[in-house]
Amino acid sequence: MTARERIAGNVAGYVDDRTGAAKWMKKNLTKVFPDHWSFLLGEICLYSFIILLASGTFLTFWFDPSMKEVIYDGEYAPLKGLEMSAAYASTLDISFEVRGGLLMRQIHHWAALIFMVGIVVHLLRVYFTGAFRKPREFNWIIGVGLLTLGIVEGFLGYSLPDDLLSGTGIRIAEAIIQALPVVGSYLAFFAFGGAFPGEAFIPRIYTVHILLLPGIFLALITVHLMLVWYQKHTQFPGPGRTEKNVVGYPLMPVYMAKAGGFFFIVFGVTAFLGAVASINPIWLYGPYTPGQISAGSQPDWYMGWLDGLVRMSPPIETHAFGHTISWNILIPGLILPGIMFTLLALYPFIESWATGDKREHHLLDRPRNAPNRTALGAMALTFTLVSLLNGGNDIIATTFHLTINQMMWFSRIGVLVLPPIAFIITKRLCLALQRADRDLVLHGRETGRLVRLPHGEFVEVHEPISAEKAWTLTSHEQIAPLELPEFDGAGVRRAGGIKNKIRNRISRATAVAVPKATESERKELEGHH
Amino acid sequence: MEGNTVKRLSRLRRHRAAGPMLLVFALLTIGTTFQVAGAVTTSPSTVADRSAAIAEGKQLFLKGCSSCHGLNAEGGAIAPSLIGVGAASVDFQVGTGRMPMADMSQQAMRKDPVYTPAEVNALANYVASLAPGPEVPSEESLNYERDGSVAEGGELFRTNCAMCHNFAAQGGALTQGKYAPTLMGVEPKHIYEALITGPQSMPVFSDKTLTPEEKLSIIKWIKAAEAEPQLGGVALGRVGPVTEGLLVWTLGIGLLIGVAVWLAMKAR
Amino acid sequence: MSNEIELIKDPGLPAHQHRRADEDPKFAQRAERQVAILFLISALGTILLIASYVFIPTDVFVFIPIFGENNLHQLLLGLGMAIALFFIGAGLIHWAKNLMPDEEVIAQRHEFRSPDEDREDFVKTVKAGAGAAGLGRRPLIKRTLGLALGLSGLTPLLLLRDLGPLPKADLTKTSWKAGTRLVTDPGDRPIKASDLEVGAVAQTLPEIAPGAHRALADVGKDAVLLIRLRPEDFNLDAERLSWTYDGIIAFSKICSHMGCAVALYEQQTKHLLCPCHQSTFDVTRAAKVIFGPAARPLPQLAITVDSEGYLVAQAPFNEPVGPSFWERSS
Repeated sequence: MTARERIAGNVAGYVDDRTGAAKWMKKNLTKVFPDHWSFLLGEICLYSFIILLASGTFLTFWFDPSMKEVIYDGEYAPLKGLEMSAAYASTLDISFEVRGGLLMRQIHHWAALIFMVGIVVHLLRVYFTGAFRKPREFNWIIGVGLLTLGIVEGFLGYSLPDDLLSGTGIRIAEAIIQALPVVGSYLAFFAFGGAFPGEAFIPRIYTVHILLLPGIFLALITVHLMLVWYQKHTQFPGPGRTEKNVVGYPLMPVYMAKAGGFFFIVFGVTAFLGAVASINPIWLYGPYTPGQISAGSQPDWYMGWLDGLVRMSPPIETHAFGHTISWNILIPGLILPGIMFTLLALYPFIESWATGDKREHHLLDRPRNAPNRTALGAMALTFTLVSLLNGGNDIIATTFHLTINQMMWFSRIGVLVLPPIAFIITKRLCLALQRADRDLVLHGRETGRLVRLPHGEFVEVHEPISAEKAWTLTSHEQIAPLELPEFDGAGVRRAGGIKNKIRNRISRATAVAVPKATESERKELEGHH
Repeated sequence: MEGNTVKRLSRLRRHRAAGPMLLVFALLTIGTTFQVAGAVTTSPSTVADRSAAIAEGKQLFLKGCSSCHGLNAEGGAIAPSLIGVGAASVDFQVGTGRMPMADMSQQAMRKDPVYTPAEVNALANYVASLAPGPEVPSEESLNYERDGSVAEGGELFRTNCAMCHNFAAQGGALTQGKYAPTLMGVEPKHIYEALITGPQSMPVFSDKTLTPEEKLSIIKWIKAAEAEPQLGGVALGRVGPVTEGLLVWTLGIGLLIGVAVWLAMKAR
Repeated sequence: MSNEIELIKDPGLPAHQHRRADEDPKFAQRAERQVAILFLISALGTILLIASYVFIPTDVFVFIPIFGENNLHQLLLGLGMAIALFFIGAGLIHWAKNLMPDEEVIAQRHEFRSPDEDREDFVKTVKAGAGAAGLGRRPLIKRTLGLALGLSGLTPLLLLRDLGPLPKADLTKTSWKAGTRLVTDPGDRPIKASDLEVGAVAQTLPEIAPGAHRALADVGKDAVLLIRLRPEDFNLDAERLSWTYDGIIAFSKICSHMGCAVALYEQQTKHLLCPCHQSTFDVTRAAKVIFGPAARPLPQLAITVDSEGYLVAQAPFNEPVGPSFWERSS
């Protein structure tokens, strides 16, 4: 035994004597993780969160979260001598007087954008592969919670510098609060410590941004990861992969090196963006005052869809009994997003209700083998994308020589018409892909080689696919639709019959599939040749 | 950490690599000087010069403008009257190439001017002779470096201009396909003329509500914004978060997914 | 059962394919060298970072094709950091892929469901525990506990009350009074009607005492846009027309939708556009909404001139300015 091994043994012994950790560590250091690029999307979020904590801590050392007015006397000449809040002035100081400060600010902001992109692509992967199914519904809900909090946290973060653009964002947020029926103006006055903008808001959201929300994030992320750990990762179907096993690499050393390495990759890419690409150049926006505005005032992208919905809203307000309800703010700003996020969070339960499938799933679906789910996802994506585009309609209009009025009408109509179209197209596409899979298994791969048969006919040679591939393409289950009783023996609709009828219908739509190829069919085809 | 941005800019001139950028700047400078010089040499100093210019301007007007603006500049079905718009308006519209309009699109675009500076001057003199209107600012009155204040100009710009032209003077969308153009590379004289004449969709900024000094401050700020190097890396068009979002959804997540694919690929 | 459909069978995990590095020490050595090179590149990155921090002043700019004119300090500091971090990651991953064992391991999943007797025991324990506490049998305790807990929940709500004052009339009142002069923003100069040509705009605020400080909260309600048209361009009822002066009309600049500054005036069409959500207002028809999400016109400020000829407000705004709220009556 070398000296080093002896020391390691002693340390391990010391810790185990006091915690009994050896047994747990022994089991978990060899824990198996399946390898697939799409399983790293969640890690992007985790790592950018760590980057955000580190770079954010750096920024707090100089940032002054105060709305007290100061006269700027710093490095940046075009703002010298202007009145501005201490928050804005200190952000300028971080950018121009602290070496590496601008780099850190940009890394922090890019990391925030990557964090949100990571959450969305991770969510899409989980959704389209059905990874949210039993037993992982809790983790799906936690994920939706993290997405929602991420949007809020990002908004608060870019609001802190108190520049003209972010101040405009806060103004809009204030209008949303103020629009709440009954309590709106009270809540707005409480949040802002008086009339907008006041002097209280930035210090308050600072506490929420750097303490309250990061704390909640940390707790939720920990639970999210513990559940992944405990429930073991899902895996894609393939030879040797079943619902009862996990095929992959052990944590120690392979996955540790890969995952650890990927952290540095994410940090490196974020630093690269921070080095070469300007983000949130607050010195150009100028300090906030409610009397100024810039053309093309947009939020960051993860709020863009919300802004797009608000822009396309019809101008409806109700005035009755001396009170006003702003539907043009409430519907796109609160009600619609509320419905969207509730449906998103409840989706695992909705799907299992519709299919009647209450079993555990550890093997992922290929998106084509769940056409209804995939089409619903495409529908939701289309809705969000149209809204997002409308959130940047002025920039798009000037770039592509369109008019904002055309863009707005396109979005107003498109947001209603395009999602159903996306649903239909996606569903058909899925079924077409299923058919292609079936053909591939039964007839093999087209080789492009033509052969002339003795009687003169040309045929293309098909090469049979491997047993592994054939299994991968046919291992999925095709569930039969529900047949819940709608009528009793006498032909009379029974209690709950209508509910059953709806479930049956949804379940039938969900079960639509091209029958997968079977060994029997293959043999039969061989017999013909 | 000594020095301010002005110092930075002076250092930048010394350090600027003599690359293509320098060449473009040189060409631009030469071009501008030439144009200004041309304007100076042809500016009529005597009454006789002026009436000659008016006569020449009238000829040019009849040939190039009267088909839309009418034989006596009284306006027509598709073009406004030019009586009383003043020399500044003509100098702006023709000098920036907006007039004559190439096609009847939503609004006249900035393009290479059709007329020489001398011809522009003649046209301006002719239109100014029809009725009094804003005059072309003299070169002496355009000394924005001396008479303007950049910080004040920024504040004025954000209050009066940024709502259409964007926070960094990059331009923005108006209704029905109209747009506020970018102010990058626009001559100070033309910015000044636009402020006092209100071309096309743009309103007029009167000298009493936005004094000549304040106008010069705005010009000074625009020029500073134009010359400002990229302090934090590629500026992404200076249009705000839309391009930032685009970059993170393409290059950002693209690089990361690329590495993830490599990571999960089996080594041979 | 010869009719039974036979499904395609799982051929099982394919046989492990050895990497070149597993079989040929030469390849293993090469991979080792590659990993080392990646780590060395990272070290160079950190050296670049340190060197740029120490030696490059913060005010040097260089022109880089495609990238443009950039601050060298910021660029190299960032690139050094990016290289240092990225290549540690690349080295680790390359090492894991080529030199660490790559044989796939199969682990068995355990069932999450506890055995039936455990579940029954659990239910029994809970029932026994609840029974021992006797909550069901002692409704008085249950109800008073509920009351106490519910009331204690009010504490944080109560203590948050002092976050801000009650709105009172703050949302409905601005600083404008009859006779308040309109002054330029910025500059605070009073404006005569003759100062504005037809087609001119001016950003204005109410006059304040010299040297007094203007709170942003006031700017957020008081900002007014002056526009001068030809009087014949107006399409207003008699009352609204009397609120204008010689073709000059004044509107609150705070959008009736969500409070952005609406100051984007198109002189030819006489439309005002809000750059936030693109609500479009027709100035000739008292800022009637003609496009976009705003549901109400911008409030119009009645103006006239005082004895010295300066533009003043005839009266305060006759309705609240800015976004709607519950207590708003129209």
